[in-house]
Amino acid sequence: MNISRRHLLILLPTAAVAWKSVLAGTPEESPNYKMTEHWWGMLIDIPKCIGCGNCVRACATENNVPEGHFRTWVEQYHVTDWNLTNPEVISPDGGKEGFPAVKEDPNGKYFFVPKLCNHCADSPCTQVCPVGATFITPDGVVLVDPKYCLGCAYCVQACPYGCRYIHPEKRVADKCTLCYHRITKGLTTACCENCPTGARQLVDLKNPNDPIHEFLRTHSVQILKPQMATGAKVFYNGLDGSVR
Amino acid sequence: MSGVEGYMYPNEITLFWSVLIVLYPYITGLVAGAFILASLERIFRVEAVKPTYRLALLTALAFLLDAPLPLQLHLGHPERSPEMYFTPHSTSAMAMFGYVYLWYLMAVLVFEIWLDYRRDIVLKSQQTRGLLRLVYKIMTLGSTNISERALAIDEKAGWIVTLIGIPSAFLLHGYVGFIFGSIKANPWWSSPLMPVVFIFSAMVSGIAGVMLLYMALTKMRGQTIDMRCVDTIAMYMFYIFIIDFSLEMLDLVHRIYEADESFRSLNFMVHTKLFFSQIVVQILLGTLLPLILLFLTQVVKMSEKARKRIYTFSGIMILISVFAMRWNVVIGGQLFSKSFLGYTTYKMTLATREGLLAAIALTILPFLFLWVLLKLLPPWDHEKAHAPAAGD
Repeated sequence: MNISRRHLLILLPTAAVAWKSVLAGTPEESPNYKMTEHWWGMLIDIPKCIGCGNCVRACATENNVPEGHFRTWVEQYHVTDWNLTNPEVISPDGGKEGFPAVKEDPNGKYFFVPKLCNHCADSPCTQVCPVGATFITPDGVVLVDPKYCLGCAYCVQACPYGCRYIHPEKRVADKCTLCYHRITKGLTTACCENCPTGARQLVDLKNPNDPIHEFLRTHSVQILKPQMATGAKVFYNGLDGSVR
Repeated sequence: MSGVEGYMYPNEITLFWSVLIVLYPYITGLVAGAFILASLERIFRVEAVKPTYRLALLTALAFLLDAPLPLQLHLGHPERSPEMYFTPHSTSAMAMFGYVYLWYLMAVLVFEIWLDYRRDIVLKSQQTRGLLRLVYKIMTLGSTNISERALAIDEKAGWIVTLIGIPSAFLLHGYVGFIFGSIKANPWWSSPLMPVVFIFSAMVSGIAGVMLLYMALTKMRGQTIDMRCVDTIAMYMFYIFIIDFSLEMLDLVHRIYEADESFRSLNFMVHTKLFFSQIVVQILLGTLLPLILLFLTQVVKMSEKARKRIYTFSGIMILISVFAMRWNVVIGGQLFSKSFLGYTTYKMTLATREGLLAAIALTILPFLFLWVLLKLLPPWDHEKAHAPAAGD
């Protein structure tokens, strides 16, 4: 391709602006974002997860997650034929640095399960907050107002999935925000963006063009702990019955 | 990872509710129990326990003043706690705390004590001097009429307040049980029996606490312990303890028989991490032993000395048992993973905001409050003033 001097002069500042934007991680402005037009969730395709830990690292970097606490983590399950309900599970440092290599087990299977806040439509954590500092947004994301939270940890106790913790410095409840600062600007979450296999996908259930609708129709998809009736919005494809 | 067996979700390894949250239901339980004892005399006309009436009210107040302090120390942002009053979240059981507490403190306990002591306060405001006189004058709230008619109105109003106070005491402690019992995510807590068990164990602990205080204070003052009073208290304590123990066993048997998916995990925990605090301290030493001893006092004729010893020992064991029960609920409920695949360990710190020393200080504090209250509003003046009436 021949680029004339004139074209180069036009392209260079544009490329510089684009590069600066990439470096700064500045998402596009989305002034037309309407909360009522979205209903966010996430799809986890378990057979695609390779346990690389990219999502955990990306989340920690994007959201300044304190050491030893996790907004998302990955578990490795080892389920044997003779003990389906009592799997061996590990998640060293939340799976941040991946997992040790495993030997083939002729009598069992290994698989990875990424976990995060389920952004439940009927979340027990928002129910119990004594001041309403944690709440669900009209677009279906469970958030915590750190300027209002008392730090009583009642929500931590009420979450059936172990997704919440008390931030050691801010002394308030902290959890996955589904990268709300990104998704409201037209970007995907840090974990989805950094997943090399597409095992994690942000989904908008109110968007009729979102491929999630086709996926839900054609796959056997489950949520975690359905007996809790929390209206979880993190959908798992290929979820094994042993997963807790 | 140290202290972890099996698999815990990574955010579950550290416990977020510490020994201070154990202390909180324990203290509110003592308040509720002490008040119920006071109401025995006032509402149910159990005249035998009259010597403990005022002491029970003051004990309840002393512990109620202490009750919010463990919570305040536990909060990440205690300065934001007034938000529970200004913007309570209607679906949260915990949001009720501020209102239930204030209602119980101001509308029930302080009001009842004031009505009961008003005559004494007015007299003291005339008899004392200096700062103390000013204190008593403020405490009269300008109501200095102590005519027969005025005192009769006090008596009637006090009766109504106590009547309201009984369901309030149940509300105060029942709601604490509900805070735990309503958490469906935690099978160790989630039980409709939890508020009822909390109420009955509260009554037992409060009654034991006031009985021990009465015996100790009477001895310290060189007076004779009213055995009719202590025998009656011990009898009520015994019967309520039977109900409490039956409810707890019902819960346990139900869990064992149902054996749902959490059972294996909880069963393992009871046999390992909670074995000492639950099986040994709470059930064997803290419940069965005092129950057997108290049963013996009901069916075997014993000397006064032997009864006193048994009551003292049983009272102490009951207080330990109820504390162990609170410990097993609060700490036990966080030792296992909600994945039911592992267990963690509670590492109590020593000199931190939520450490052992803070817990000890908060346990001693209500006794200091009580000491001040006893100095300011001696419960035994009443006995002397009404001494002839006792023989009626």
